[in-house]
Amino acid sequence: MMKINNIILETSIKVLLFIIVLYSVYIFTAGHYYPGGGFIGGLMTAGALVLLLITYDIKTVAKILPFNYRILTAIGLLFAIGTSAGSILFNVPFLTHAFTHVDVPILGELSLHTATLFDLGVYFVVVGVTMTIIQTIGEDE
Amino acid sequence: MSYLHLAILAPLLLSIFMPFFYKRFHLIHTGWFVLPLPILLFLYFLSFIPITSTQKTVTESFNWIPSLGINFVAKVDGLGLLFALLITGIGALVVLYSIYYLAKNKEKLNTFYVYLLLFMGAMLGVVLSDNLIVMYAFWELTSFSSFLLIGFWYEREKSCYGAQKSMLITVFGGLAMLGGIILLYIMTGTFSMTEIMSQPNEIFHHDLFIPALLCILLGAFTKSAQFPFYIWLPDAMEAPTPVSAYLHSATMVKAGIYLVARFTPIFGESSVWFWLVAGVGLITLCWGSIFAVKQTDLKAILAFSTVSQLGLIMSLLGVGAFALHYEGLDDNIFTAATTAAVFHLINHATFKGSLFMAAGIVDHETGTRDIRKLGGLIHFMPITFTISMIGAFSMAGLPPFNGFLSKEMFFTAMVRVTEMNMFHLETWGISFPVLAWLASIFTFVYSMILVFKTFTGKFQPEKLDKKPHEAPIGMLISPIILVSLVIIFGIFPNLLSDSLISPAMAAILPSLLHAREAFEVHISFWHGPTIELFMTIGVIIMGLILYKTYPKWQKIFKVIPEKLSLNHVYDQTIKGSQTAANKLTNMYMNGSIRTYLVYIFAFLITLLTITLMWKKAFKLDSGNVSFIGVYEWVLAILVVVGSISILFVKSRMTSIILLGAVGYTVSLFYIVFRAPDLALTQLVIETISVALFLVCFYHLPKLRKFETRMRFKLTNALISLGVGSVVTAIALSAHSHKLFSSISQYYVENTYEKAAGKNMVNVILVDFRGFDTLFEITVLAIASLGIYGMIKLRLNRGKE
Repeated sequence: MMKINNIILETSIKVLLFIIVLYSVYIFTAGHYYPGGGFIGGLMTAGALVLLLITYDIKTVAKILPFNYRILTAIGLLFAIGTSAGSILFNVPFLTHAFTHVDVPILGELSLHTATLFDLGVYFVVVGVTMTIIQTIGEDE
Repeated sequence: MSYLHLAILAPLLLSIFMPFFYKRFHLIHTGWFVLPLPILLFLYFLSFIPITSTQKTVTESFNWIPSLGINFVAKVDGLGLLFALLITGIGALVVLYSIYYLAKNKEKLNTFYVYLLLFMGAMLGVVLSDNLIVMYAFWELTSFSSFLLIGFWYEREKSCYGAQKSMLITVFGGLAMLGGIILLYIMTGTFSMTEIMSQPNEIFHHDLFIPALLCILLGAFTKSAQFPFYIWLPDAMEAPTPVSAYLHSATMVKAGIYLVARFTPIFGESSVWFWLVAGVGLITLCWGSIFAVKQTDLKAILAFSTVSQLGLIMSLLGVGAFALHYEGLDDNIFTAATTAAVFHLINHATFKGSLFMAAGIVDHETGTRDIRKLGGLIHFMPITFTISMIGAFSMAGLPPFNGFLSKEMFFTAMVRVTEMNMFHLETWGISFPVLAWLASIFTFVYSMILVFKTFTGKFQPEKLDKKPHEAPIGMLISPIILVSLVIIFGIFPNLLSDSLISPAMAAILPSLLHAREAFEVHISFWHGPTIELFMTIGVIIMGLILYKTYPKWQKIFKVIPEKLSLNHVYDQTIKGSQTAANKLTNMYMNGSIRTYLVYIFAFLITLLTITLMWKKAFKLDSGNVSFIGVYEWVLAILVVVGSISILFVKSRMTSIILLGAVGYTVSLFYIVFRAPDLALTQLVIETISVALFLVCFYHLPKLRKFETRMRFKLTNALISLGVGSVVTAIALSAHSHKLFSSISQYYVENTYEKAAGKNMVNVILVDFRGFDTLFEITVLAIASLGIYGMIKLRLNRGKE
């Protein structure tokens, strides 16, 4: 059987993948000020990976990105619970966030917020969950 | 914790060590380790006689649950002491008997004595507890240990049947009694018997008086095997004979008698009490004695005779309650009925115990208890014959045995009922002595059958498994002691009157006594030529005639069909309730999810509609409604058209796509209503779920891959329309009823000030209400692991 050549798809994915991932990172980081956040950002990253899966097969993608997505989910949960529980160390209630504005020489004024770490947890969980589901179903005979 | 508490709990404590004795000293019969305890307890309780015979009581209290008023209060008065002596005395004799009756190597002696000791302790607890809840606890323990003892040979089907039956009936009554106790608590505010006794007037005029009375009596009647609850007792004869002798003749079945006697001061003045206790007692007496004649099994005869004798005591207690209608003791003719009840209680324990033991000996030495196979045993077992004869003659009420005296007193009491002119006794009173006389005749007949069919007549060695011989002396000691008591009490009846009977009566009828007064109990052997004597002579003559002609009228029992018996009713009730419950469950639990959804939604509709109607909550207010633009109209039409067409399309593919269309329209709605985060998420999620639907669709099995339109079902249509309209109505009314403004202003003001963010939705998600998000991502993680687990872990698939 002749192998079907997906050259156009494979080439365009190589370009698109970075744009989508970049956009998802943007959406994630901008979440506190503009529409977006961990959830949609994570979904979009997962979407990029799904495109990769569609273009190549599961084994190739697993070779390129040797992640165990279940561990990623666990890490995400750990981030979320860690940032929430961290506040206890400072003698404030659970899930009290802290933020500050820092003047960084090159980047200018930067606001640092522990909510971002929490959101990062959400991001990881969403990526992990979506990829676990899709991969598991995909591998199933 | 006093010595008295220790005495009550001693059997329970000793029972813990029984398995140890059994394993450690295997060569010695375990019963020898049990035997000292009831003897010691008997001697200990004897030491209370000087106290109770001067109308004093001993009360010891031990805190159990003081906050609820439930304390282990042990109280020894005349009645309690009488029962305690019966329990320990007969207990000691039964243990001695059982040592020779149960083989050391064949039976599980450890369990037997554990159960027996449990029972003994429970029974002591019942009769010596002053707190009703504690008494109830011990009461259930007697039911429970009796259940274990009846089912001792659990590999026999009939034992299990009998045990289950007795359990169901006595626990039913026990629960009713608990209800009665709680009602008494509501009326008086205390569980203490003594305190309840002190306010009889408040109880008597309370609305709950009759329900409490009925509940308590239900407990007493089921335990004491009264009509119609007696049916468990004949089936309980599957227990080992020592158990039958102990539980089902002398002690447990008298717990109901104890209860009735105990509650007489509270309920005794009511006519309901009189009619129920005396009436049911008399019916039980007659019924039991008539059916005892029919039986062919020795223990079955004894079981029915126990039922009948318990009825006798019960009716005497009912009549004895009349004494409460008199002031004081002068000319109080009905105290004699109570005397008779207490006296017969003792007598019955002596002769019935010995008869059961004799029946056990016959069974043990011949291998059968069927009187059709037995006969002519007098030559082989002269001592057993003598024991049985004395016991049976006493039961029949022949002089000079104690049964004669109590029967005379019974007749006296029943004849005196006719002299009363209250509770409709002017017309109905005459039935009392007539029924009593009739029952006595049948008692005479079955007593004769019991002795003479077994020990005289033709010896039939071919029908017996063993060659009969006299029992070993150890087995005979207990019945001989009991039978000697039968004779001693018969000849010297006043031996017990001051020490036991009078204090017991003082406990049953306390309101009749003034300070330092005691009941004068004088039981005389010879009344002179009174009506009672002629009744007894009549009983003997009629009984002899009936016994001689028994084969001729025996057939009369066959006239009554088996279907009308109470056992049949019981069996049908058990079977019927099981099949009915099965049918009911199968009817509504049909296993179809559709049906369950119909139930759930129908319930939802009914409940919500009724609430809306009842609270008059439906309201339509258009004042608060915003302007609807063109976009909204278009999108709404899209959603409606999409949703409705899903119902009518033929192909599943089309419906998946339509579903996706509805989902995307919803995200358009989010855009129109200015929710960009939601719109983004909705778009992506909708895409993913449509993809998942397609995966499912692709994997549908080929076998049933025919495509049809959804079938129309009226119920479904009605239910879905109902749910839709109810939810719409609620949404509209909720919107029209806005009671307070939203708290969203707080978020608008503080999103930047306090949380350093400008996207309010995200700030709420991760900051203000981050706790929810934390668990939502946990839900996601669980869902993904669930999918992973379901797909990867298919251990069973290969094995099928």
